[in-house]
Amino acid sequence: MKLRPIAGIVLRQYYLMRGSPVRLFPMVTWVAIDIVLWGFITRYLNSVSGGGMDFVPTLLGAVLLWDFCTRIMQGVSTAFLEDVWSRNFLNLFASPLSVSEYIAGLVITSVVTSSIGLVVMLLLATGIFHLQFFSMGLPLIAFLMVLFMFGIALGIFGSAMVLRLGPASEWLLWPLPALLSPFAAVFYPLHVLPHWMQWVSHALPPAYVFEGMRALLAGRPFPGGLLLQGSAAAVFELLLAAYFYGRVYDQAVRTGLLARYSAESVA
Amino acid sequence: MPSVTYNGSDRPALRATRLSKAYGELTAVDDVSFTVKRGEIVGLLGPNGAGKTTTINMVLGVLAASTGGVEIDGIDISKQRARALARANFAAVYAALPGNLTVIENLRFFGLLYGIDSLRHRVEEMLQEFDLVHLRHTKCGLLSSGEQTRSALAKALLNKPQLLLLDEPTASLDPSAAQLIRAKIKTQATRDRCGILWTSHNMTEVESVCDRVLFLSRGKVLLEGNPRTLPQEHGSATLEDLFIRVAREPLAAAAEVHP
Repeated sequence: MKLRPIAGIVLRQYYLMRGSPVRLFPMVTWVAIDIVLWGFITRYLNSVSGGGMDFVPTLLGAVLLWDFCTRIMQGVSTAFLEDVWSRNFLNLFASPLSVSEYIAGLVITSVVTSSIGLVVMLLLATGIFHLQFFSMGLPLIAFLMVLFMFGIALGIFGSAMVLRLGPASEWLLWPLPALLSPFAAVFYPLHVLPHWMQWVSHALPPAYVFEGMRALLAGRPFPGGLLLQGSAAAVFELLLAAYFYGRVYDQAVRTGLLARYSAESVA
Repeated sequence: MPSVTYNGSDRPALRATRLSKAYGELTAVDDVSFTVKRGEIVGLLGPNGAGKTTTINMVLGVLAASTGGVEIDGIDISKQRARALARANFAAVYAALPGNLTVIENLRFFGLLYGIDSLRHRVEEMLQEFDLVHLRHTKCGLLSSGEQTRSALAKALLNKPQLLLLDEPTASLDPSAAQLIRAKIKTQATRDRCGILWTSHNMTEVESVCDRVLFLSRGKVLLEGNPRTLPQEHGSATLEDLFIRVAREPLAAAAEVHP
């Protein structure tokens, strides 16, 4: 992989945001709304629960982490969709740019955009609702990394899906996190799910992250096993998504889909 | 096909060897071989659906050939894609530069993709060369057809390509703008020894610009030669007459040419 083509992909996204600052709006608005909404819900729950439980870290912390994961995924897919919307594939892939350099550029873009969202969420959650996000220390960073890898994997998978099925399929991409969230056990322990749902959850790294976070908040010992399982699943799914993207790209080159993507709208 | 050994500057800018592309039963390009020498402008002609764009897409590596191979400046694109494509570039009416970036942003962006050294200096050169200085901060989507073509050509020449592919570069341009663009491209071929593969439906343009033409019909090369002498050699008054004859009766024309 060469650095300059990767820098080119990142620079393009920077230019897009500089040229149209309204692109920053969804990066901060939805996360801010989520934090404010859930912040007040947790405040209300704290007031009616009789002081037995603090919902701020469990619910608001979970919202923050799940939003982070979702933003990472959307950061990758939105950067990819910019090329779909501007019919730029022919220009991109008739250049020396490789698929891995392109994906690396999308991932770096996503790291930057989702970090902006994370900072906004942290400021609101800490400032207004007194969430002590970093009180869990290093395990939190490790769990964040798992969510980060899963978000990237999901973004790459979603982008491959759009490449394979055509621009109209972007509407399948946006609901992906919502579809997965019941299985990811973001707000409740895994054991409350029916048996068949638990099987799906075991394939999802966020399920291990949120189980682990709840264990930590409950004062149980560091859940190293959950972190290990979550990390292994995330690495595996990241590699799988990259492999899937590569296969879809190769097929698009074989069938002419890649060339047609620029020449016409693929329904 | 006899094998030819090239070295140094004799190496062709492009060598396509027995290229074919089939989609199921349909053969879009059928056993096409040709070369484009350095400094040569080759016209790729043919009616709609003849296989011109399919051929160009295979040369650019965005479409895999069913059989056959492509070498750019002696480098096999299937084996060293990035190295080969770093020596080529293209402009096509259906692949406009992203309209939501300004001219200078597009040139910097593509300059990085092509790994160009001294990018800032090269971008300024291209802005000057294609009279885009005053439009540097204008979004490409807001440019006129002529300005968009000039921007696309500036991008296509950023990396000083040894091979330039131009798919109908003057389509939608007024005669004056088209003449200026043709002059710039001809300069590129002679001054920088760049091999150019040019598709166009404007036969007057082809006659004035191209050193050699290939007539493609139903995926096959039917005729090849000098655009100024080819019509007479095949009993047509003009290149346009020959084009129409080949387009309407490709098999008969083929039999006449290769009895």
